[in-house]
Amino acid sequence: MDLSGIIGYITGFAIMAVIYAIFSLGLNVHWGYTGLFNIGIAGFFALGAYTSALLTTASPDPLMFEDYIFGGDLPTRLGFWNLGIDLWFFVALIAAALVCGIVALFIGFLTLRLKEDYLAIATLGIAESVRIIFLNEKWLANGSKGLYRIPKFLGELVSPQYYDYLYLGVVVAILIVLYIAVNRTVKSPWGRVLKAIREDELTTQASGKNVFNFKLQSFIFGAAIMGIGGALYAHNVRFVDPVTFDPLLATFIIWTMLMVGGSGNNKGAILGALVVWGIWTGTQFLPGFLSDPNLRYVMVGLLIIVVILLRPGGILGEKRVISRLSETQPGDASPEI
Amino acid sequence: MTTSGPQTQRLIPKWSAGYSVVAGFLILLVLGLFSIVKMELVVNGLFLGAIIALGAIGLSLIYGILNFAHLAQGDFMTLGAYIALFFLGTLLPGMGLESSGLGPFTFGYPVFIALPLTILAMVAIAIGLDVLIYRRLRRRGVGRVVLAMTSLGLAIGLRGIVQVIWGGDTYQYPRLSKAFYQLPMGIRIPPDNLFIGVLAIVLVVVLYLFLTRTKLGKAMRATSDNMDLARVSGINTENIIKWTWALSAGLAATAGVLLAIFQAQLLPIMGWRLLILLFASVILGGIGNLYGALVGALVIGVAAEVSTQWLNPAYKIVIVFVIMIATLLIRPKGIFGVKD
Amino acid sequence: MSLLTVSNIVAGYGETEILHGVSIAIEEGHIVTIIGPNGSGKSTLLKAIFGLVKPREGQVLFQGKDITGHAPETVVRRGLCYVPQSSNIFPSLSINENLEMGAFIRTDDFRQRLEEIYLLFPDLAGRRKDRAGTLSGGQRQMLALARALMLDPALLLLDEPSAGLAPSMVGSVFEKILGINRAGVAILLVEQNAKEALQLSSWGYVLASGQNQLEDRGENLLSNPDVTRLYLGG
Repeated sequence: MDLSGIIGYITGFAIMAVIYAIFSLGLNVHWGYTGLFNIGIAGFFALGAYTSALLTTASPDPLMFEDYIFGGDLPTRLGFWNLGIDLWFFVALIAAALVCGIVALFIGFLTLRLKEDYLAIATLGIAESVRIIFLNEKWLANGSKGLYRIPKFLGELVSPQYYDYLYLGVVVAILIVLYIAVNRTVKSPWGRVLKAIREDELTTQASGKNVFNFKLQSFIFGAAIMGIGGALYAHNVRFVDPVTFDPLLATFIIWTMLMVGGSGNNKGAILGALVVWGIWTGTQFLPGFLSDPNLRYVMVGLLIIVVILLRPGGILGEKRVISRLSETQPGDASPEI
Repeated sequence: MTTSGPQTQRLIPKWSAGYSVVAGFLILLVLGLFSIVKMELVVNGLFLGAIIALGAIGLSLIYGILNFAHLAQGDFMTLGAYIALFFLGTLLPGMGLESSGLGPFTFGYPVFIALPLTILAMVAIAIGLDVLIYRRLRRRGVGRVVLAMTSLGLAIGLRGIVQVIWGGDTYQYPRLSKAFYQLPMGIRIPPDNLFIGVLAIVLVVVLYLFLTRTKLGKAMRATSDNMDLARVSGINTENIIKWTWALSAGLAATAGVLLAIFQAQLLPIMGWRLLILLFASVILGGIGNLYGALVGALVIGVAAEVSTQWLNPAYKIVIVFVIMIATLLIRPKGIFGVKD
Repeated sequence: MSLLTVSNIVAGYGETEILHGVSIAIEEGHIVTIIGPNGSGKSTLLKAIFGLVKPREGQVLFQGKDITGHAPETVVRRGLCYVPQSSNIFPSLSINENLEMGAFIRTDDFRQRLEEIYLLFPDLAGRRKDRAGTLSGGQRQMLALARALMLDPALLLLDEPSAGLAPSMVGSVFEKILGINRAGVAILLVEQNAKEALQLSSWGYVLASGQNQLEDRGENLLSNPDVTRLYLGG
């Protein structure tokens, strides 16, 4: 492989790593900062991707056996209002974030009062339900055939062979914006209450803070971030179908990324994404049966367990989150003095 | 001197809850008589429910004694089914034991050899995982969420192992065509299903007797109530925990094998797909309550099957999920809820 | 040689140290009470003796043998039983089953002991098959005591047996404790209800801030004006 091939490959790798970093950041808001056990990331991934795809794909062409009934065709409809810089893209991203936020509001409202592991099953159910709906309601998004005419952001600006560099720049820029946003939020008074909830929910509740509201807001915030990730994915791969959002690639791997990098730490979330995505794609270069894609399932599971057992804090994990992963939780056992 | 109810009072439903379930089934019967609801679906649902019940009871045991959501229970079922496949497809024929179509069933007598072997294998695996992983985390005093996360890692790891060994595709095995039993109201019951139902009933009864008549069984119930006090009484709770894993894994393995018979196919993701059904059953029935898990599973099974009369079968899981959310909102304790 | 000698126990939970070197002793067949303000470490002391909390320093000798830090499952086999302050019964098991669990480690036929216990606790005898969760507060306390006695222990550790009970029940509980003691069981009692407890005790310890403050005969502590003021409510 020549140099430009390698660089091209690395760029493609980097784009996916950055998109996953965004998901990891969203999960960090949920789990690292609020202790919400969300194992339905695939649901938000799918919703974000499909929202953006549906808004921007051209109208269905019956000649091409497309069953869906609505394609937003935003680039064309916005026309002039794109202002020459393809503003439709940002509209789509915001829409994706909004849809995920609203669904999170709905689900969170129903389930956040419950214990964390109930939330886990609920989020799992959401993800499954989303997948099943998109798979079976062909009129919605073409069912299993998927949507494949998702437009390129600023596709005219650069020739196809260099497009990836442009897109990489785009996703990195968005990652930076989101990173700053999450950091600011965490350091704000709102974030401090969240920290207090994490350390001692009962006392925080007793001091008058509406813990439920904070958790709900955090759930929505994280979900919106994941929605943006989904949209970025859709415009990168430019094809979405229900199978894309397989739990392995759309939920578990993100958990692994966050845990390896260090939950509770934004930089850790990003680092974890790079490391785990590197390992993931790296396995295809391994000799013999080691490159069996099914082995990746085992690898992901193993990584989660190994991190929990040996290094709960991940690479960059902070001490207080280490204590969450390794010691008794408040409410589990209170010693009587 | 009166005895106000036997010591099995916890296992026997509270009147209101029990009556509502019975009433529900009676309503279904009436609807079936008027052909509003296809009784065949109800019956099918009961059999599906029986299979789910075995997995759900195991899940409830783990909730009660180990205090966490065992997210790998579905994959224990999957692994059980595939291990049985190994015995039936490879090991036993290699030893010259092969046959099909025992009596009215589509499967042959080797299943009766493979099943206990599979259960032993799964019990060994479950206890091994406890010693290697869960016990260490228990000693560290981790919370229930971390334990659930660990089981999540195991869930995906186990599925990965299944896929590596057996491939990721659906394994469809040719099913012998056997006569169905014909019952009124258009109900046809494959004899295989009867076997499933009978086996499930037998296992539940055996479990009940174990928990109420044997010292070890009572010690398990005691540990489920109050682990600290059990230790204080001299009960070796680490042993109880191993037994808990053994029972749960054994039940899950059986459920997996029965599911494979029921569906005539195996697929690595089949257990994971069932996870929502398992949890919905346990939540509906009431966490920590084994009878609740059983009844919950039957209700969930019937609801899932009956829904196909009007909805695309793919939406079974969505319906079950809605029931679960409704339970959590309206009556989080579940029908027979005891523990929180 | 005392039945139980506890020397300089240092113990706590996680990073917190609750007991900073506590020593007590109890003779065979005696009743000893430990009193003190909330948070003084009284409960922790019992747990440290019984092995629910591992002491960081110090020694626990029972019948001459070192049992420091031994697990509860082992300690209970030596004839030392413990009744926690709260959640001290198995609510979903019947009364009979609760007692059966109390006798779990017995390898002999415990049914004779069961009948002896029912004689000692006639209220429980009439409701053997009832679920323990249906008992009232006072009855639960009795069941908790009965469970611990199934093993015929030489020493019973009781953590605030009168806690949360209606005043009318408190008297019966202490009567019961006296009855148990008369049958030959030594009792180490931690109590908030200092007055009643000290009245039965041959010896008493005052614990505060995780350290021994005072020790004397029960009756002396009762008539000690400082103790009365600080711990017995004036």
